[in-house]
Amino acid sequence: MAKITYIAHDGTAFEVDAENGSTVMENAIKNAVPGIEAECGGACACATCHVYVDDAWTAKTGEAEAMEEDMLDFAYDIQPGSRLSCQIKVTDDLDGLIVRVPERQA
Amino acid sequence: MSENADIVETDVVIIGAGPVGLFAVFELGLLDLKCHLIDILDRPGGQCAELYPEKPIYDIPAWPEISGQGLTDRLMEQIKPFEPEFHFNRMVTGVEKQEDGSFVVTTDENEKIKGKVIVIAAGGGSFQPKRPPVPGIEEFEDHSVYYSVRRMEEFRDHDILIVGGGDSALDWTLNLQPIAKSLTLLHRRDAFRGAPDSVNKMKKLVDEGKIDLILGQVTGLNGADGVVESASVKTKEGDLIDVNCTRVLPFFGLTMKLGPIADWGLNLNENLLPVDTEKFATSEPGIFAIGDINTYPGKLKLILSGFHEAALMAQAAKKHISPDERIVFQYTTSSTSLQKKLGV
Ligand SMILES: Cc1cc2nc3c(=O)[nH]c(=O)nc-3n(C[C@H](O)[C@H](O)[C@H](O)COP(=O)(O)OP(=O)(O)OC[C@H]3O[C@@H](n4cnc5c(N)ncnc54)[C@H](O)[C@@H]3O)c2cc1C
Ligand code: FES
Repeated sequence: MAKITYIAHDGTAFEVDAENGSTVMENAIKNAVPGIEAECGGACACATCHVYVDDAWTAKTGEAEAMEEDMLDFAYDIQPGSRLSCQIKVTDDLDGLIVRVPERQA
Repeated sequence: MSENADIVETDVVIIGAGPVGLFAVFELGLLDLKCHLIDILDRPGGQCAELYPEKPIYDIPAWPEISGQGLTDRLMEQIKPFEPEFHFNRMVTGVEKQEDGSFVVTTDENEKIKGKVIVIAAGGGSFQPKRPPVPGIEEFEDHSVYYSVRRMEEFRDHDILIVGGGDSALDWTLNLQPIAKSLTLLHRRDAFRGAPDSVNKMKKLVDEGKIDLILGQVTGLNGADGVVESASVKTKEGDLIDVNCTRVLPFFGLTMKLGPIADWGLNLNENLLPVDTEKFATSEPGIFAIGDINTYPGKLKLILSGFHEAALMAQAAKKHISPDERIVFQYTTSSTSLQKKLGV
């Protein structure tokens, strides 16, 4: 279990209890966090689940793999903490994770 | 493929060469119906080939695991005996009913194909270039911003900005460089998804000073009356710069849009075609809809459901074309006549 905080583009925070093994995207959709669309349902094929991982957490969430990097090319306003949330799996280590939702999805 | 305006005639015109359209060729073929398929993509497979060619599918009966491309390849092999004819890189723009009850399908290249029956297997709609989320980009579309190159002359002697890091971006960089006044390739990182050979050729042009390569992202377009003068770019280092350009070609992948199907006078329900579950017929007799594009109570957007729909639709299509012919139910395992059609 991990507590994840999603910060929507307007600043509203959504706190969610996420189960290990689920993805950061799935928990956003389940809890109707605005601004995460996830059109492809988590197949790393749409880039509409783009989030910015808080600086303090990028080491824990790790780096995007090649396929995710390729897909990130289609996202809008990429920043150093940019990830596709369907590719981040929840573990106990991520308890307290903070991600921000971008202004718009691709 | 037809090169002139002559009308091609066939039994069935299938709109969409995704997995469901492909399998329909098999079921219609067993009933002696010849098919032409039209797809805006340059190859068969629909979503399986375009969106997830390498990813495994786990719920195709009798295939514990198969990739999107693998499934497409096997379907192509399975339907080969029926010699379907493919028209790729074509968007179906119109479907018109004829006096004799048949239909003429028109493509964006103005080809016409006449079919006794139309099968719409258009999935989530036609694949079209994604509009990059750059504010105000709509204003410049078709004047300065293009998502594909239809006529190279439109680009001659222009300051061209190409955005992207895949094959389309690289190919057009190489093709347009000789006729451009200047060409800038903009990509957000130093890794390119395109073919290694194209990447090398592109890098050589950069080294020779023939094109500019900038690592960064477009944040806005500047200009007036639909004409772009420059693009605002945030570089990888975080600097904000202006890149002079009068033609912009963004390559941000493809997305599915319903497209012209909405204009064919068929009943639609939330961009899907309602059908019955016996014949998979639309509101227009002789036009059927199968796969992701249709809807009915209990519909699941699964490949296996689309295959089932294709089998039942084929029976109904045969009856529509030859109402007086008796259709004998047969198994491919034991029917010598079916086996003859399959060439086994
Ligand atoms: C990431 C992902 C994973 C998936 N995983 C599974 C899975 O595990 N199991 C499963 O069963 N399903 C899965 N699906 C769903 C499955 O891919 C679809 O159900 C299937 O592709 C539908 O097939 P189709 O032939 O109906 O349509 P599509 O595959 O969408 O093909 C339709 C084709 O029609 C073309 N077209 C549409 N309109 C026009 C026009 N006007 N002119 C020309 N061409 C046109 C399109 O370009 C497209 O190529 C997945 C989908 C995605 C995106
Ligand atoms: S949900 Fe489509 S890429 Fe993450």
